[in-house]
Formats: sequence, structure tokens, C-alpha cells
Amino acid sequence: MYAGEGKLLATPGVSQVEGSGGGGLVPWAQLAGYASQDEIAANAFCSQALLSDFRLRSCGAQLNLYDRVEFSVAKQNFRINAMDTSISQNIVGVKTRLYGDLVYSLWPMLSLGMQYKHLKDTAIADALGAKHTSGIDWYLAASKLHLGAIAGYNLFWNVTARHTEANEMGILGFGGPDQDSRLQWEASTAIFFSRELAVGIEYRQKPDNLGLKEDNWSDVFVAWLPNKSVSVTAAWLDLGTIAGAKDQKGPYFSMTGYF
Amino acid sequence: MFKLMQRVTSTICLLFLLVGCATQTPQNTLFNKLGGETGVDAIVSGLINQIGQDKQVFHYFADANISRFRKHLTQHLCALTDGPCNYVGDSMTDIHTGMNITEKDFNHLVDLLITAMELQGIPHRIQNQLIARLVPFRASIIYI
Repeated sequence: MYAGEGKLLATPGVSQVEGSGGGGLVPWAQLAGYASQDEIAANAFCSQALLSDFRLRSCGAQLNLYDRVEFSVAKQNFRINAMDTSISQNIVGVKTRLYGDLVYSLWPMLSLGMQYKHLKDTAIADALGAKHTSGIDWYLAASKLHLGAIAGYNLFWNVTARHTEANEMGILGFGGPDQDSRLQWEASTAIFFSRELAVGIEYRQKPDNLGLKEDNWSDVFVAWLPNKSVSVTAAWLDLGTIAGAKDQKGPYFSMTGYF
Repeated sequence: MFKLMQRVTSTICLLFLLVGCATQTPQNTLFNKLGGETGVDAIVSGLINQIGQDKQVFHYFADANISRFRKHLTQHLCALTDGPCNYVGDSMTDIHTGMNITEKDFNHLVDLLITAMELQGIPHRIQNQLIARLVPFRASIIYI
């Protein structure tokens, strides 16, 4: 397969836990992989989060067609340590670039995306009162890289508005008795200390449809993108209360290979 | 209270004036941070060397007059970085029309420029500032 490498190093970002191109938790406006307007790129990733009472694994792949459309798949496995059981979810995503370029356009780059989520293990979601076992998230993401903006270092930011009824990303089903606003805001920002190394933070607002005090998510990350073949991300997650278990914090590791 | 605020305001104004002056002194231009005339010459030479060895973009330059390209690029970079030059060459649009340069090849040339700056020991933060000044020209270079 022909590997697209027409973007500048590190500008596509990495892979987020639902499979889309982005940071760790937030989908970004950039399409995954190094394909430019005349190229195709394929990437594969695996991520793992080790929380106090849970472990999340997510592996998947993206296909970038001419830096216009991104298709993604992800398989998530969420392990509940105390119950010695796990919940699996499959996600198919598509994202299209509506306007701009991360580096060169005057206004921020803008993309529209969709994630279709299908829960495989539905018993816990049903027991907690979730209305559905599959759902669709829609999101609009804007992002920009400002060259030399902070004491000469490049500054990145992304803001995403997501329409969703997923509980804990869908792991606990979709919708519920306490459902209200479905529009959630997410944001990321990072500084590139070199071409290869970015340090940043992310924030992801979440609904509380089940009345379980579902918390917003945040993380601090370091992403290392040494070349156009691989990227490695390490982060510290703070996911708050999940299914009644408080203070879910822990390390996150992710790797993406670009083919 | 009013007097204090007045004093704070005038101090802030003075600070801005000082900063304003500081950014305009010739010592602090991006041109000087790139090493002045010698530095910019060396970056351009380095870039020409990179292009000469490059399979992906060399064909765009195969028929170019290298000494003319060197002279005009040096002059252009000098003018863009607040150096003591005026760029008198053709417009970017005139130069690149008909070349059909792709986004990929444009970014590859940016990579070669970064390599040339690395070889010249230009710090990362100064490299970013030069690239930032070149960004607006992309629209009059690619796909025309």
C-alpha cells in the first residue's frame, strides 16, 4: 500500500480512544495519518488506560482518503477488575474535513465527524437503566497550530462540540432516566517543544444520563512523533467517578503506526 | 486611589513603549537571529544543497538558473525577516504558475528548509518564526 507522508511531521495528531484521529480522549479536526490532498494513508493503533478499578483497551485503524475523509474502526474492551468481567464495544467512525489546514489556513481547520457505537456486552448497561445499546455521536471540531506563538514554540488547540447520549463513551449504554443536554464540549491544547515532542492537556465534558454522577474527563499528555511511521503517547488520566467508583485516575499509553 | 491607578497606567504605557522600541532595534530582527547576511546565505546554500540531492522536488528546479534563484531567495528571506533588503524579484504567483506544485511537495520543501536550518544550528524557536512568515505565501505557490 502507498503510504501518504505529505503532511508536516506531527501535524496529524495521534489516535483517540474511540478510533478517530485526535488526542487521547478528544477527536480533533485533523484527519488521521500523513496523507496530503493527493495521497491515501492507513494507520493502526492500540491504547491502554490503567485506572484505579478499571482497565480500558482500545485498538483500531484509520484510513485517510486524500485528506478529505477519514474512516475509522475501534474495538474497546473495558475490564472491571472487582467483577473479573469486561465490556466490549465496537465503533465505526467517519470524519470529513470541511475547511482549511491545521498550519496554513487563515481560519482554524474545521471537520465534521460521526461515531457509530455498538455495545457487545449489554447486561450492565441494561441493569443501570440505559435506554439503548447502540448510539451515534456527531461532532464538529476546529483546530489550529500557531507557529512560534509561545516564546517561539508552536501552539496547538482544538475545540470539539459533540452531540451524544453515550454513558461513559457508550461502555454503559446510551441514554437513561436523567437525560438532559446532549451537546458536550471538549477541548485540547498543546505546546510543541520540538518538531517531535508535544506536551498538552485535554478536557471532555460528559452527560450524566444514568444519575451515577458521571464526571467530565481530563488528561495531561506527552506525545512523541519521531518520524512519519510511528507515534507514542503517554498520559495521566483523571476520569472521575465511573459507575459509582470514585477517583478513577491512572496512566495511559498509546501507539500509532502509519503505513 | 485614582493617583495610584494613573501611575500604574503610565508605568504600563512606558513598558509598552520600551518593548515597542526593543522590537524595532536592528539587533532584534529575525534576520539577525538567523545569523544576519552570513546566516541567511548559509541557510539558502544549505537548502540548495538539499534540493540538489532530492528525488522528490529536484525536477521543479531542473531548468532553474541556480545563481538567480539563490540571489532572489536570499533577498526575499532577508526582506521577510526585517533585514536591510528589498525583494525585487517576481511575485510568488508569477514564479510558480504552471508548475503545479502539490501540497505534499510544498511540505517536503518546508522539511528541506528545516533541515538546512538545523545544519546551520538555528534554534527550533527561531525556525518556527521564519516558517510562520512564509505561511501566507503557500496559497500563491501550490496547485497553480
